[in-house]
Amino acid sequence: MTTDTQAAAPELGRARLRKEDARLVTGQTNWTDNIVLPGMLHMAFVRSPFAHARITSVDVSAARSMPGVIAAFSGADFGGQGSLPCAWPVTPDIVIPHHPPMATEEVRYVGEAVAVVVARDRYEAADAAAAVDVEYEPLPAVLDMRSALAEGSPKVHEAGNKCYDWVFEQGDVIAAFRDAPVVIERNYRQQRLIPCAMEPRAVVASTDVAGEVTLWSATQIPHVLRFALSAFHGIPEHNIRVIAPDVGGGFGSKLQVTAEEVLAVLVSTKLRRPVKWTESRSEGNLTIHHGRDQWQRIRLAADRDGRVRGLAVDLLADMGAYLMLVTPGVPLLGAFMYPAIYKMDAYSFKCTGVFTTKMPTDAVRGAGRPEATFAIERIMDELAAELGMDPMAIRERNWITHEEFPYTTIATLVYDSGNYEAATARAKELFRYDELRAEQQARRESGDPVQLGIGISTFTEMCGLAPSRVLGSLSYGAGGWEHASVRMLPTGKVEVVTGSSAHGQGHETAWSQIVADKLGVPFEDIRVLHGDTQISHKGMDTYGSRSLTVGGIALAGACDKVIDKAKKVTAHMLEASENDIEFSAGRLHVRGDPSQGHTIQEVALAVFAAHDLAEGMEPTLDSDHTYDPDNFSFPHGTHLCATEVDTETGRVTIRSYVSVDDVGKVVNPLIVEGQVHGGIAHGIAQALYEEAVYDEDGNLLTTTLADYLVPSAADLPHFVTDRTETPATTNPLGVKGVGEAGTIAATPAVVNAIVDALRHLGVHDVPMPCTPEHVWQAIQTAQNGDGA
Amino acid sequence: MASITVTVDGVAYSDEVEPRLLLVHYLREKVGKTGTPVGCDTSNCGACTVHMNGVSVKSCAVLAVQADGAEITTIEGLANGEWHPLQQAFHAEHALQCGYCTPGMIMAAADLLRTNPNPSDEEIREGLEGNLCRCTGYENIVRAVRRAAGTGATS
Repeated sequence: MTTDTQAAAPELGRARLRKEDARLVTGQTNWTDNIVLPGMLHMAFVRSPFAHARITSVDVSAARSMPGVIAAFSGADFGGQGSLPCAWPVTPDIVIPHHPPMATEEVRYVGEAVAVVVARDRYEAADAAAAVDVEYEPLPAVLDMRSALAEGSPKVHEAGNKCYDWVFEQGDVIAAFRDAPVVIERNYRQQRLIPCAMEPRAVVASTDVAGEVTLWSATQIPHVLRFALSAFHGIPEHNIRVIAPDVGGGFGSKLQVTAEEVLAVLVSTKLRRPVKWTESRSEGNLTIHHGRDQWQRIRLAADRDGRVRGLAVDLLADMGAYLMLVTPGVPLLGAFMYPAIYKMDAYSFKCTGVFTTKMPTDAVRGAGRPEATFAIERIMDELAAELGMDPMAIRERNWITHEEFPYTTIATLVYDSGNYEAATARAKELFRYDELRAEQQARRESGDPVQLGIGISTFTEMCGLAPSRVLGSLSYGAGGWEHASVRMLPTGKVEVVTGSSAHGQGHETAWSQIVADKLGVPFEDIRVLHGDTQISHKGMDTYGSRSLTVGGIALAGACDKVIDKAKKVTAHMLEASENDIEFSAGRLHVRGDPSQGHTIQEVALAVFAAHDLAEGMEPTLDSDHTYDPDNFSFPHGTHLCATEVDTETGRVTIRSYVSVDDVGKVVNPLIVEGQVHGGIAHGIAQALYEEAVYDEDGNLLTTTLADYLVPSAADLPHFVTDRTETPATTNPLGVKGVGEAGTIAATPAVVNAIVDALRHLGVHDVPMPCTPEHVWQAIQTAQNGDGA
Repeated sequence: MASITVTVDGVAYSDEVEPRLLLVHYLREKVGKTGTPVGCDTSNCGACTVHMNGVSVKSCAVLAVQADGAEITTIEGLANGEWHPLQQAFHAEHALQCGYCTPGMIMAAADLLRTNPNPSDEEIREGLEGNLCRCTGYENIVRAVRRAAGTGATS
């Protein structure tokens, strides 16, 4: 691999302002909902008001006769529907229920689609949807996972409420717990979350007379979606084009093949008219896949000196009513992360997936890893409390030291690099750890009603999804590679096509920096194309903090191939041996004689003319590269949170928040810092504010942003962020993922801080979200003598 | 149907609209001002914020008929030859990622600076409480508003 241009290049590590911003700050955007096509119609869905019911009749006739209505369909009108895809059958005996995009016989969550109305505009469509008459025979709702698994529970599906059991064990867990001087057991609740990207989902589908389909969707995964639409509808894949225009955030919610996308294609094909659907926020809160929703039972065995001997984790994971794209696999993404940065002798993990009559769950920022990190970082604090040690000391006692990398964890992962000591030392310095501990002590002694707590999260995570062979071994239905191509235009400009599909991450900027660095062409001369399967024919899209660590490496590889080709051409032009041609700073020249040479742009023009190429030389520098990573990426860091907790009201205020992340080498520090900020905000949101709440009948109570508390600027503190830089050794750029790190780290940092503030009152846990009510109740319960 | 005349980004439009038509849908679908997006249906998120007669409003919470005779400024009409100081500051401080909240955030921030030309960080946070962002954690949005205030962006 050619690496001679990387070392001192100015672009990598430079805080370039983003190319994307010009259209976004001026309103010249291309959201899916902006799209208007000639003859375009609007769809509105009729949705189940019951958590569980038998559909006895669907009458769309009144709707069909309303003004402006072109068509109305019940599920039966679509005939025998296929099943929306689940790409991750985690065990051979997993139960995968039939999941038609539109219910015909039974509805299993509030919001499930039962009919669709197609009208000239969105208001007429909404009016007509209200005129659809659906009769239901209610069935019992199944809402609590533990009672769902009990004998005699009403069933969500005929096959029962258990979806799967997945187990993983390493080392002798029984021995680790036998005679262990300290065994701590805790039960943690990962509340249900709604991802809430700011852009609601939107879809436009158009089918032409030849049956060729174009689908615009606010999606993270145009390539996966194209494949899935082909498989679902039986439309040849080459007759489907999926376009993800500007996409307003995803956070996992747009990593999905949705009923609405599938039905939009179906309706546009039936009517031979373009159709659009844009959800309202309330509709989205009901029917965008949710996240988390697990019960975690975690047991930890340790020696008296604080050494962790073993860990045993039992999960109940709420699948909701059906399995969507990666629903059953989300807990498995956490399975390997409970041991985190700690050394231990044995580890066991068991997860039971459970069906309930709620919206299906699936990936939400972090997907599995926030849950694991929360539980281990919380119980490390509990261990410290049990032993009377400082929670930082208990971590130092057990973590992998920087001399020990590469390190194979008890969960069989090979961490390539890291320096937990360095990140922690920097974080403690910025945080003034020792001063805050002293203040905490003083406040305890004075009996201050507002107590101070310090929360630690020395996290790591696995991302950069993922080595295809590992995905295969976990029964995932696709690979984890990424594709890129570089087109050298005759005028010296460069077009870059990436299979990664950005929705706010800033690929157009960061990818330009990578190419500018590799090829020595100006940043401004590079254009990055993505998010359209007709332009970017091959890709695995964007999720799991994979864009840079997989897609960026694919791009670097494509650049290397361009250089290799350019060397051949240059050698012929200079009548030199190819082995004597060097490439640096955008110039190809004879080794030892920089005056003899050409810029890569000149070579591109020469190749375009193709008047004098070597025998057999193909007249192009354009190159493709598909990269399959050897390993996951393991960013890490230390997040420290100080909270003030009013013991009389339960109110929590974050006084300071410090993060020191290590994401290896950095392409654009501005973008990295932004990802960390947003990630922390999302993690704090889970700790303090957000929860999807269903009532006892299975109605979602948090359908609006008035009820589901996505925090505002006034709800969040100033973040102090810094980085240490320990390059990844598994990829040539030395980079690690960053998109989810903040979210994974922040939640336990905040909750640890809250519990730390109240520990002396006998509080051992506060259920999330740590609302004033939850905090106050935890204090009352502890003071009444029965612990929390 | 009702007849309305609305000036949007300096151009007068006369239209027949349903009384129930939301201003944001009027702007997006009748006037073609798609720079103003819709993020919710309960006026919590602020993505659709525009200026009506110089004051910020959430255009999903205003009926088109209520805007009859009004002057509306959207994100598309904010720049005056060159980018508004807030547009420049949002770019310079990396105060946006996906950019969906950005038009509303900038329009709300412009109104904040009109009423309080030199806000503290806390006043910026409180002042933008009605505008939600999922990407940035608001850190750089606060920096951007502070930066724009420093350049005298009070219009």
